[in-house]
Amino acid sequence: MHTALLLEMASDAAPDRIILGELAEGVSFAELAGRARGSAAWLSGKAGETIVYLGLNGVCLPVAVFAAGLLGKPFAPINYRLPDADLRKLVARTAPSVAIVDDDMLARVQGVDGVTLVPVSEFRAVCADESHRAGELPFVDPDIGVLLFTSGTTGEPKAAVLRHRNLTSYVISTVEFLGADADEAALVSVPPYHIAGISAILTGVYGGRRIVHMPAFTAEDWVTQAAKEKITHAMVVPTMMSRILDILEERKEKLPRLKALSYGGGRMPQIVIERALKLLPHVDFVNAYGLTETSSTISVLGPEDHRAAMTSKDPKVHRRLGSVGRPLPTLELEIRGPEGEVLPAGVAGEIYVRGEQVAGEYLSKKVIQDDGWFPTNDAGWLDEDGYLFVEGRLDDVIVRGGENMSPGEIEDVLRAHPNVGDVAVMGIPDDYWGERVAAVIVPKDGQPSTEELAAWVKSRLRSTKTPEIWEFREALPYNETGKLLRRLLKAELVKSAQLATA
Amino acid sequence: MELKPGSRWKSPVCDTEVVIVRPSKTPVNLECGGQPMVPHGTPPAAGLELSADFSAGSQVGKRYSDEETGLEVLCTKAGKGSLSLDGRPIGEKEAKKLPASD
Repeated sequence: MHTALLLEMASDAAPDRIILGELAEGVSFAELAGRARGSAAWLSGKAGETIVYLGLNGVCLPVAVFAAGLLGKPFAPINYRLPDADLRKLVARTAPSVAIVDDDMLARVQGVDGVTLVPVSEFRAVCADESHRAGELPFVDPDIGVLLFTSGTTGEPKAAVLRHRNLTSYVISTVEFLGADADEAALVSVPPYHIAGISAILTGVYGGRRIVHMPAFTAEDWVTQAAKEKITHAMVVPTMMSRILDILEERKEKLPRLKALSYGGGRMPQIVIERALKLLPHVDFVNAYGLTETSSTISVLGPEDHRAAMTSKDPKVHRRLGSVGRPLPTLELEIRGPEGEVLPAGVAGEIYVRGEQVAGEYLSKKVIQDDGWFPTNDAGWLDEDGYLFVEGRLDDVIVRGGENMSPGEIEDVLRAHPNVGDVAVMGIPDDYWGERVAAVIVPKDGQPSTEELAAWVKSRLRSTKTPEIWEFREALPYNETGKLLRRLLKAELVKSAQLATA
Repeated sequence: MELKPGSRWKSPVCDTEVVIVRPSKTPVNLECGGQPMVPHGTPPAAGLELSADFSAGSQVGKRYSDEETGLEVLCTKAGKGSLSLDGRPIGEKEAKKLPASD
């Protein structure tokens, strides 16, 4: 099945419903379908086998997604925050391609071989020109829907392949067709090159919920837009959530229309979600765990789970606030050991997943196994009721003297200390233990002593999990979608540890 | 008829259109309104009528699945006819609604 069919269904069934943009100048389903068709017909006259998108969120983005689908050409959104040299290199990898580029970014990718540039202003004019809409479209058998480049914190970005059948399977199995009320609207602040940005467009269209794009995220604008656009739904990454809560408190804004706030794309500190639940008691919180390679969400902690965990005296239930809930019913999920053996509840290992939405494939290599199972490279465990706890990337798990430790668990404990603003915990190579636990602390309201912090962790976890190496910094390095650059930090720490012992 | 995943079919007697989500394990005929469905884009045929036994209608956005053969289709356009497999009605798949996460 084809992503463009999702739009066709919705525009047939509800042509006049406003699906895109702000209240004042919304775009209806019929108009979006018309723009997608017209721009697809126009793009079919351009050389290029991939449709690249280099630009901020905006009304042209969904049009381009569906136009690429109609043409049967992969849609490849590119991270505009890359340094120029990396950006050009990445764009060059998409050749032969047509690139729709924000006007003020054109100069950065001018003259890349095999890439035809279309300024977004020109694309917008094509969308508005109804004469293109009668144009014939070539018949295509669509295959690759989207190419997403991984953030490349460990080397060259890899191009993850999401086929139309992966994406549509995710959408039709998790979203009720036109199930949204006519007055619902979702605020999308994740960038186009993030899987959540793509899935927000597909599920928003299928569910019939108006999509309001923010060109770039600031917490101030987010709160202003949410109030002004009568936003009912939104998805944020954890770093956004904490800044949004600050602004809400500052402005004493309650966002009474907001019904649901989902979060994902990284580990949510427990202290932040507890604060969010207290500050916005009328809001349904949803924690969604997923990967680019799985077409977005594979496990969900729903609103009722959040409330039960928040109020429960049972520590087993309370700790589920730190889980990602239960796997989607349309998927299989297992925890496996190093030999591939399936592990029982309570034992941590690698998360494996299987299902139609799981792509597990890059242009350079296939990671998904022949039997359909995809090793996620994430570490985690299931509790006895099937709630999934994600510990982070497998490579980030600290192994000290044979004991596996999750950095996130130690970070959560440290973050609860009144003088800790932010924290990152990681393993530093050690000749005797294999690894030793190191913590980088961003102090808040005064710098705590390392003795005090060590005692704080020891009394709440155990001594082996207590960091032995401490460093204080003004801020931690994050990428623009809120992912902590753990490897960068680790490399710096290893270097300074070597200097200290040299 | 080869009901390949992703292939689109329409009813010859009403507006119903479907897309195949999951194939059938055994060869089977997919019908709507009591008549075999035809590939999407086929011009309408004259002389066929909607059977009263299969006139409960189809609903856009609903998935219909058959346990026996494993066939699952998604209705992409609603119509007056209802779906059947070799004369046997197929039911609506129970919707698993999940909280919005994107």
